[in-house]
Amino acid sequence: MLTFLRRRIVSSAIPLLVVILGVFFLARLTGNPANLYLPLSATPEMRAEFAARNGFDQPIIVQFGDYLAQLSRLDFGESLRTAQPAAEAVLQAFPATLQLAGVTMLLAVVGAVVVGSLAAYRPNSAADRGASFLSATAASVPDFWFAIMGVLLFSVTLGWLPTSGTVGAAAWVLPVATLLIRPFGVLVQVVRGAMVSALSAPYIKVARSKGAGDQRVIFGHALRNAAAPALTVAGDLAVGLLNGAVVVETIFGWPGIGKLMIDSILQRDFAVLQAAVLLTALTIFALNILIDVCYALLDARVRQGVAA
Amino acid sequence: MTNSPTTPPGKVSMLSLLARDRVASTAAVVLVLIGACAVVGPMLLGDLAVEQNLRAVNLPPFSIGAGWEFVLGSDSLGRSVAARLVVAAGTTMSVAVPAVLLSLTVGSIWGMWAGFHRGRRESVSMRIADVILSFPSLLLAVVVLYVFTPSVANIIAVLAVARIPIYLRTARAESAELQSRLFVDAARTFGTGSWATIRRHVFPTVLPTLLTVAAVDFCFVMLTESSLSFLGIGIQPPDMSWGLMVAQGRQELQTAWWIAVFPGLAIIGTTVSAAMLAAWARMAGDPGQRWRLTLPRRGRGKITARKGVA
Amino acid sequence: MTATMEVDGLSVDIRTPGGTIRAVRGMSFAVHSGQTLALLGESGCGKSMTAHAVAGLLGPVADVAGGEVRLDGVDVLRLDPAARRRLAGPGLAIVFQDALTALNPVYPVGTQLAEPFRIHEKLSRRAARAKAVELMERVGIPEPRSRAGAYPHQFSGGMRQRLLIAMAVALRPAVLLADEPTTALDVTVQAQIMELLAELRAEQRMALVLITHDLAVVAEQADHVAVMYAGSVVETGPVAEVFRAPRHPYTRGLLDSVPSGAERGGRLRSIEGSPPELASLPAGCAFRERCPLARERCATERPPLVETGTGRASSCHYWKELADA
Repeated sequence: MLTFLRRRIVSSAIPLLVVILGVFFLARLTGNPANLYLPLSATPEMRAEFAARNGFDQPIIVQFGDYLAQLSRLDFGESLRTAQPAAEAVLQAFPATLQLAGVTMLLAVVGAVVVGSLAAYRPNSAADRGASFLSATAASVPDFWFAIMGVLLFSVTLGWLPTSGTVGAAAWVLPVATLLIRPFGVLVQVVRGAMVSALSAPYIKVARSKGAGDQRVIFGHALRNAAAPALTVAGDLAVGLLNGAVVVETIFGWPGIGKLMIDSILQRDFAVLQAAVLLTALTIFALNILIDVCYALLDARVRQGVAA
Repeated sequence: MTNSPTTPPGKVSMLSLLARDRVASTAAVVLVLIGACAVVGPMLLGDLAVEQNLRAVNLPPFSIGAGWEFVLGSDSLGRSVAARLVVAAGTTMSVAVPAVLLSLTVGSIWGMWAGFHRGRRESVSMRIADVILSFPSLLLAVVVLYVFTPSVANIIAVLAVARIPIYLRTARAESAELQSRLFVDAARTFGTGSWATIRRHVFPTVLPTLLTVAAVDFCFVMLTESSLSFLGIGIQPPDMSWGLMVAQGRQELQTAWWIAVFPGLAIIGTTVSAAMLAAWARMAGDPGQRWRLTLPRRGRGKITARKGVA
Repeated sequence: MTATMEVDGLSVDIRTPGGTIRAVRGMSFAVHSGQTLALLGESGCGKSMTAHAVAGLLGPVADVAGGEVRLDGVDVLRLDPAARRRLAGPGLAIVFQDALTALNPVYPVGTQLAEPFRIHEKLSRRAARAKAVELMERVGIPEPRSRAGAYPHQFSGGMRQRLLIAMAVALRPAVLLADEPTTALDVTVQAQIMELLAELRAEQRMALVLITHDLAVVAEQADHVAVMYAGSVVETGPVAEVFRAPRHPYTRGLLDSVPSGAERGGRLRSIEGSPPELASLPAGCAFRERCPLARERCATERPPLVETGTGRASSCHYWKELADA
């Protein structure tokens, strides 16, 4: 188990490093922040002074070296916009996104397991076809449009739900629903597919021949086998949730990391962007490890390195 | 025996199988219609879509009195929503289709090559795919489209790069599996080169899977383009795309809801159709599942007590 | 003596793209406790389908179309699902062909062996586990206590089959169906498994239904045999008698195709032609196109299974010709 973990950590760390590297250089290409932070009438001397103060006059390799040196001291630099430490800005925004994503993922997984299993129980039945159509629709709805329609219906027309804010359960309904709809649709399809093949396996007949009831067969025998593919997709979806978070946080003014990243790109706020990307990449890294661990817990063959 | 009702499963043609499935055939018809709009629409309605008519501002849908072009209402500049939808279909398709084709081509060839040769070529390729996939593609696109201007070509390039790993992984897995099979070995003993073997043996086997993946991915690419356009870093005015139309309609949600509603419905219609058709194709293409599509409905049996519940 | 299980006129339909096919047509047989009945037939003749129908394990495209399966006089096909589940294990158990796919890969074998006790006797985890270890010991798994925590992929094919048998006999079933329990195994292991089944049958006074295509297994293991062709029984009776003097041309053909010591060096005989498509069975006798005795009557009239002696029956119009020969 420990060697298994170590191998996964090493192989997941490479993408993490590449992401950090890529974002650093890409961010430098997005334009000179001096144009954004200094008035148009600024003299060349003022521009040079601004660049020197923030280290932009150095060759990009030197800047990267400085950046890495700072990172090793857990110093993420300061926001160009607010002079607040970048780490502080990012850590303030992070919990909001994490809460939103956590609640969404929990609801999506639980809902998808129930709906997907029921649909798989009788393939091609009316219930299955209904679930397939609904999940395909859910997986295909543009989240930004869904959010706007939600606002139009529940906030503007009916006045039941607020259009922004994070306080109170009502404020969570629309953002969570918007973020939920696509992962839920995709997961239902995956759970259904995996359950259909698990339920047609011989060990299901054996379980029935032992007198196991439907509940035991579906949730005891089939689901545990179907969990592995569902888990893989759930992991990818959790990463993809950040896509949705950008949209949802922008529309509902949710003070999370997605909104922070969009804002810092718009304002050429490198330090904050880099810190935010780093934290995001770290989270994704941790998530992948977590999924691998779950994977190994679910299936002894993975744990023991046997090809499943 | 000529009029036997027992046609063997192999002889049921794909098209008649499609015609049997109401949902799948509807989806196919919708996609063909949208495709036709995308190709012909901009030529026929290109002018109408930008024509302002300040006497017909914010007309609600079905205002037939003002002319057929306002069947879906008009926006705040009196432009026909219907005409704009049709023209936007062209833009949306001109981004999604090339992006999917590009990533499909590059990803499949790369994946088949990596899977066929195994070893270091394979592991390096998979690492690259991991890197691209381990970062949210929308964020990647946002960053890149700030560096380079958000032109149609750049959007296509970003989306294509972001989606290459999907095909790379699929093609690699299937080709690695095939590579170990006998008929590929047989081809090799005859001295067939690796590209010739890939083209003749691996490619035809992998293609159906890749096409199904592409159909699903088409939805994803279209939705990402819409999101980018909605966030203001995709298609730029005066061009129009469905995502951009939703963004424009958002400003006038309280006075003219239809401006935002119809492009959203157009997106859903297209993606749902593509998804349903892909799901059907996956079932029809899998010999282990195809029988489900051809089954007559379960008749009422004489014996009712059977395993399971409804 | 009344039979432990009687199958009477059992028919199974399979729904296919081309229409409904009757895969099992009016199967009848009976089995007594402590005895072994072999269901003998070529692959595709409906042996497994019969077993699955009896055990209530038909897949989603197959349905029981008629007939009765009486277990101690009660027709199990007419029981509601809950009552039927109560019988699955103590009443009727089944051993499958391929033990690797028949064991759930994600649970330790001890857990799977304990399941019958958990379901039917509502034992605690610990008590059920103890019973599972006992069972493993009984079927000859070495070091059962420590091996109970191992997973199916960590056992050899023979051991997996032993586990599967242990699971089936856990609740001392009245009837045990064994569906080609040794086809996936080495010859030496096959013999051990058959021996284990015979021991358990005697020990627990079970009625054993052995499904096989292997004439040698039938000859060694079974008391009675029911020979199947195209979904129904063509001949049945005590194994020794049937094999000595078959009263159906199909049984005769099968026996002739076995290489025996006396014929060493001679040409192996086989039955001409191949089994008919179930979807387009000819009228009359299903075997007539391959039958050396066939004549006009066989094309029009389907021969019923008629008694030909004590405990023997055949579905051939001309069985007497075979008996006299």
